Amino acid sequence: MLGFLQRPVVVTADINLNVVALTAVGLLSRLWQLAYPRAVVFDEVYYGQYISFYMKRIFFFDGSGPPFGHMLLALGGYLGGFDGNFLWNRIGAEYSTNVPVWSLRLLPALAGALSVPMAYQIVWELGFSHCAAVGAALLILIENALITQSRLMLLESALIFFNLLAVLSYLKFSNSQKHGPFSPSWWFWLVLTGVACACAVGIKYVGVFTYLLVLGVAAVHAWHLIGDQTLSNVRVLCHLLARAVALLVIPVLVYLLFFYVHLLVLCRSGPHDQIMSSAFQASLEGGLARITQGQPLEVAYGSQVTLKNAFGQPVPCWLHSHQSTYPVIYENGRGSSHQQQVTCYPFKDVNNWWIVKDPGRHQLVVNNPPRPVRHGDVVQLVHGMTTRLLNTHDVAAPLSPHSQEVSCYIDYNVSMPAQNLWRLDIVNRESDTDVWKTILSEVRFVHVNTSAILKLSGAPLPDWGFRQLEVVGEQLSRGYHGSTVWSVEEHRYGRSQEQKERELELHSPTQTDVSRNLSFMARFSELQWRMLTVRSDDSEHKYSSTPLDWVMLDTNIAYWLHPRTSAQIHLLGNIVIWASASLATLVYALLFIWYLFRRRRRVCDLPEDCWLRWALAGALCAGGWAVNYVPFFMMEKTLFLYHYLPALTFQILLLPVVLEHISDHLCRSQLQRSLFGALVVAWFASACHVSNTLRPLTYGDRSLSPSELKALRWKDSWDILIRKY
Amino acid sequence: MPPAVGGGLAGSELRPRRGRCGSQAARAVGPDVATEATARSPKRPAPSSRRFEAPGRWALLALVTLMSFATRFHRLDQPPHICWDETHFGKMGSYYINRTFFFDVHPPLGKMLIGLAGHLSGYDGTFLFQKPGDEYEHHSYLGMRGFCAFLGALLIPFAYLTVLELSQSLPAALLTAALLTFDTGCLTLSQYILLDPILMFFIMAAMLSMVKYNSCANRPFSAPWWLWLSLTGVNLAGALGVKFVGLFIILQVGWNTVSDLWHLFGDLSLSMVTVGKHLTARILCLIVLPLALYTATYAVHFMVLNRSGPGDGFFSSAFQARLSGNNLHNASIPEHLAYGSVITVKSARMAVGYLHSHGHLYPEGIGARQQQVTTYLHKDYNNLWIIKKHNTNSDPLDPSLPVEFVRHGDVIRLEHKETSRNLHSHYHEAPLTRKHYQVTGYGINGTGDSNDFWRIEVVNRKFGNRIKVLRSRIRLIHLVTGCVLGSSGKVLPKWGWEQLEVTCTPYLKETLNSIWNVEDHINPKLPNISLDVLQPSFPEIMLEAHMVMIRGNNGLKPKDNEFTSKPWHWPINYQGLRFSGINDTDFRVYLLGNPVVWWLNLLSIALYLLSGSIFAVALQRGARLPAEVEGLSQVLLQGGGQLLLGWMMHYFPFFLMGRILYFHHYFPAMLFSSMLTGLLWDILLRLCAWSLASFSLAGHVHTLGILSLLLGIAYSFYLFHPLAYGMVGPLAQDPRSPMAGLRWLESWDF
Repeated sequence: MLGFLQRPVVVTADINLNVVALTAVGLLSRLWQLAYPRAVVFDEVYYGQYISFYMKRIFFFDGSGPPFGHMLLALGGYLGGFDGNFLWNRIGAEYSTNVPVWSLRLLPALAGALSVPMAYQIVWELGFSHCAAVGAALLILIENALITQSRLMLLESALIFFNLLAVLSYLKFSNSQKHGPFSPSWWFWLVLTGVACACAVGIKYVGVFTYLLVLGVAAVHAWHLIGDQTLSNVRVLCHLLARAVALLVIPVLVYLLFFYVHLLVLCRSGPHDQIMSSAFQASLEGGLARITQGQPLEVAYGSQVTLKNAFGQPVPCWLHSHQSTYPVIYENGRGSSHQQQVTCYPFKDVNNWWIVKDPGRHQLVVNNPPRPVRHGDVVQLVHGMTTRLLNTHDVAAPLSPHSQEVSCYIDYNVSMPAQNLWRLDIVNRESDTDVWKTILSEVRFVHVNTSAILKLSGAPLPDWGFRQLEVVGEQLSRGYHGSTVWSVEEHRYGRSQEQKERELELHSPTQTDVSRNLSFMARFSELQWRMLTVRSDDSEHKYSSTPLDWVMLDTNIAYWLHPRTSAQIHLLGNIVIWASASLATLVYALLFIWYLFRRRRRVCDLPEDCWLRWALAGALCAGGWAVNYVPFFMMEKTLFLYHYLPALTFQILLLPVVLEHISDHLCRSQLQRSLFGALVVAWFASACHVSNTLRPLTYGDRSLSPSELKALRWKDSWDILIRKY
Repeated sequence: MPPAVGGGLAGSELRPRRGRCGSQAARAVGPDVATEATARSPKRPAPSSRRFEAPGRWALLALVTLMSFATRFHRLDQPPHICWDETHFGKMGSYYINRTFFFDVHPPLGKMLIGLAGHLSGYDGTFLFQKPGDEYEHHSYLGMRGFCAFLGALLIPFAYLTVLELSQSLPAALLTAALLTFDTGCLTLSQYILLDPILMFFIMAAMLSMVKYNSCANRPFSAPWWLWLSLTGVNLAGALGVKFVGLFIILQVGWNTVSDLWHLFGDLSLSMVTVGKHLTARILCLIVLPLALYTATYAVHFMVLNRSGPGDGFFSSAFQARLSGNNLHNASIPEHLAYGSVITVKSARMAVGYLHSHGHLYPEGIGARQQQVTTYLHKDYNNLWIIKKHNTNSDPLDPSLPVEFVRHGDVIRLEHKETSRNLHSHYHEAPLTRKHYQVTGYGINGTGDSNDFWRIEVVNRKFGNRIKVLRSRIRLIHLVTGCVLGSSGKVLPKWGWEQLEVTCTPYLKETLNSIWNVEDHINPKLPNISLDVLQPSFPEIMLEAHMVMIRGNNGLKPKDNEFTSKPWHWPINYQGLRFSGINDTDFRVYLLGNPVVWWLNLLSIALYLLSGSIFAVALQRGARLPAEVEGLSQVLLQGGGQLLLGWMMHYFPFFLMGRILYFHHYFPAMLFSSMLTGLLWDILLRLCAWSLASFSLAGHVHTLGILSLLLGIAYSFYLFHPLAYGMVGPLAQDPRSPMAGLRWLESWDF
């Protein structure tokens, strides 16, 4: 207990000067002249807008990835006191003085700098020599593409940092497994693995591949643990539980935490509200909430409502009608009912108002007390401005001839009876007697006569329909689809008996008061679902590339060009490192297969522990490369060279491992070993030389003459900008 | 005594297989040896008391086969009209009979077989197969349906034998057979002119022969071994030849072969030469043989279909030259382009068509108000262009001038023959693709400006610098802006007559959009040569056919606002497919799995994962299991593992597919899932009986369990059979309907 009274308190600091030195040079390379150029560089234009949104706490929607990466960048802005006032519209635009460029770029740069000592530690923890470990760190240090990517407001360096952190902490954890399971440091590294994985996934979805890799390795280790019969069953169970909690539960919680903070910070309505459901929008300050604030919750007979389609494709829109009728004969010769058009209109308009009417009564006002509409009730929908009833019948719709036309009924006395009864079907009901609620209820309208469902077909009508979107009745009810689902967005109880008064009422804004809140989980799942399902139009880009271009660096990206001189920043790797890393992966694969086959025939070239080390290094490094590279072949989005950087990092880690292995096991005499060593030194010197030569394109600090630039164009496929004077 | 388990992975996995093999091979030789083999086999899960004699087994197999044929051929002629995709595959069968060329996204074998069956059964190919619901009238369609039903019926004996081989247990095999016989989905899918019965036949046949050859492993290079190995290869070729989904069974067989070879390789008693022989045998039977057969189906396909038909437009000009009736067939045209030649230019991208212009201008507000340039799929005089030099306007066809060939890198002008306007581009945004430049027709009588100059480049420059008709793939680069002429493939609105947009793209990446080739070529000053010289070789045709198929498959994207079937719907039998009829007066057939079977399958997968992991962990922990349980666990882990792998292989890849998916894509996976169910329940019931062994009635638990499962499945089939055999009368909501009360899920619409 009171041991410190008997013995002096001794703190033994164990400082690895290698790590300190590597951290220092890493910081130097990444932070040097960080605020230069004071202009928007490449994708900063894209991430910058989101930083501004965070600063102003305005809700935005970005389908490209989870919010943690954006939040990290915004944290830099917060620390630098950025107010968010900058128009991110053009690459190369000068930053105004209120933009704290240095602190905005600081966090990615720190992540990039810390990757250097982490590379050292990973190779060391894998059981290889200090020399190999320092080699790996130095290669990361002088890799031009990694430097460029870390020095800007971009996400890759943070992603790489957390990928490496996950691998490193898993290695530390599994190494401490042997001597101290359940010790504090064992717990620390285990939990850190889970947290780092969650952070990586939180920055970009591709982080999930590294997570799966770590999970896979952990599963194999756990399987061996199960087979270890020296452990008691209870102890094995504890081991498995600890791993499950740290590697499965904690990452999920951390991931949820990102969204929690994201939604907590972004509490104001903004330009992307339209993508979200009405209920979600109502949870934001301003915007829809200002309109819907104080609306009655339950829709009753006589309610005046606007109905928004839940699908939001191609654009969010409201059920609409207007005086114009369908043309008697369409261009293609088919006929129509010539009744009043019903469309979906993407703007707020007085013609979007509908009145819910009880088919048995004539009145269009709400009783006192209001009679709520329930699931399964049959209603009529009256168009507010024209007082015509929503109708559908067996007439082909204008653009979707297999569906029914939807119209507002006009009686031409041509033996075409009105069919205007709709059964209300609340899709997200909890019980069959649920009341139709504003914003919260998702409803379908099932036509009583034909059992067709009111649906947005999404096709824009021709000029006679004012390019509004077509609405149809569809017979086949093939499950749930957003285009058949509508929700009440604006709502008020109708009070006016007379049409003239009612028109005035429709023009006036809604009032009265009920507040409603969505739970965090509901908001999270909606946001996450929309992010995963939003379709990005695959736009071409001048610098897009295919995964095959990446392995041997056949492409580059011009990030920035000085407005006057020819100083420029490129994402351009150190070609020596790229080529030799790819080569090393190949050599590793061949050697691995060779050893594996020989072992199968009971020929052991390597001692057992050496083989295990070799296999683990391959599983993490070559595996890390593969899982971060191969999936891109199956992705349909526009790809860029920077998508390869996480894979490249793992490949670089493998390089010194392979070199050390060749030197230790394949060089048979001391002479061969020395020769090989000399070759490695020469190769490393050339890598340094290349790195130095490409430095002006990495930092963009020096303007090169056209002839120098031409000389740097080592591959025809590289696009280096040369000014024409 | 239970054997020790911890003794090395290879050993423990090999032993049971070898052990079982003994009995298998013996049974193949003859019934008299079987008893002896049984005595030798220590790990037979079936207690010998419950074993049938060989004639009994054959009788049971015959019974299963009979049941299967009876259900599949019952009311095969109903309904006598086109159901669902019969409209496609029947039509394609007719194309083979008529020898007209067509295009489809699937490989040809399945449709060829349908065509053959039709031909042999007296169908003359005259029925149009226009749309579902058309009556067949006097046309003979039963031959084609019968052929598909025949293959569909064989699935059940195959599944029976596969499970018997894997589990050595008759009840398991019987249960599997019952699950499949009484599944309304399998039944419906087998009764019509579709590719699925043919595909599933080959998949199951490949699985069966693979399992059979695995059990011959102890007698390598014997006659049955060779037979089953090469049969596996043949069936793989068949599966791939019907649909690309056949790739999944190839992967499964590949995985099995690799792990097999890995075990052989680790067996130090075998010399490297023997291992080499094993490897060679598998390469021959599982790679070379299937490839040869697969190629052969294409050879037959191209040989049979030698007349021009609806599929021509999908293929390149050179390809079309093969088809009689196509205007490129037997045509003779000058080979190299020269100045003054009149040409048509075709996009290399599928279904984009010819570079086209006409006397209409782009409407107000869309770029410059100049003449439209589009691509057009049909042949037309407005597709003709004249190649001219960029700097002179003299007529190159003047006989006094020498012929001057166009070469790679030349700067040219393309004059539209009908309107005498030049192909032109400028810095205006294109009508639909905003990032590209607009392409127009400009100038009067061939006099324009420097924006009419294009540099012609040949992409595949192995023929020298001249430009060859059909063969050369060319790009046209606009001299002033540096952009490349391309087609975006987007459809222009009304004002552009719904032809496709042509743009000049500033992105210089080589894509098919910006590659063109010259198709027609008229130049009186040049000698005509016969196009036969240009005919592509067989490998080239193969390659092109595959490229077109793959692109066609990728092109099958679901449209916006369309209900599509999602892979997660399938195993829960969420929603069926309407084969025929909608309203209560129609004869309705609805493709839906028997819910009892499907939900049992779903439950079984979960139970399998649970019990499998319990056994695996127990073995890994070194638990000592009693001999009987040990044997059962081996069957569960190995036999069941193969079936589970089959299910996963035929199911999970669909989650990654971008193309439009349908419910019937799940059926191959469903076969594997049913086999797993049969195997699993047998083992579970045996385990149950074993653990209750102290009670007197324990022995009957297994028998009773199997019997009640069989009866339950048969009863559910009795309930749901109208789905497959057709129903008339009110829909299921109506209490008078034959299906009243059976609409258990709201999403089923029958």
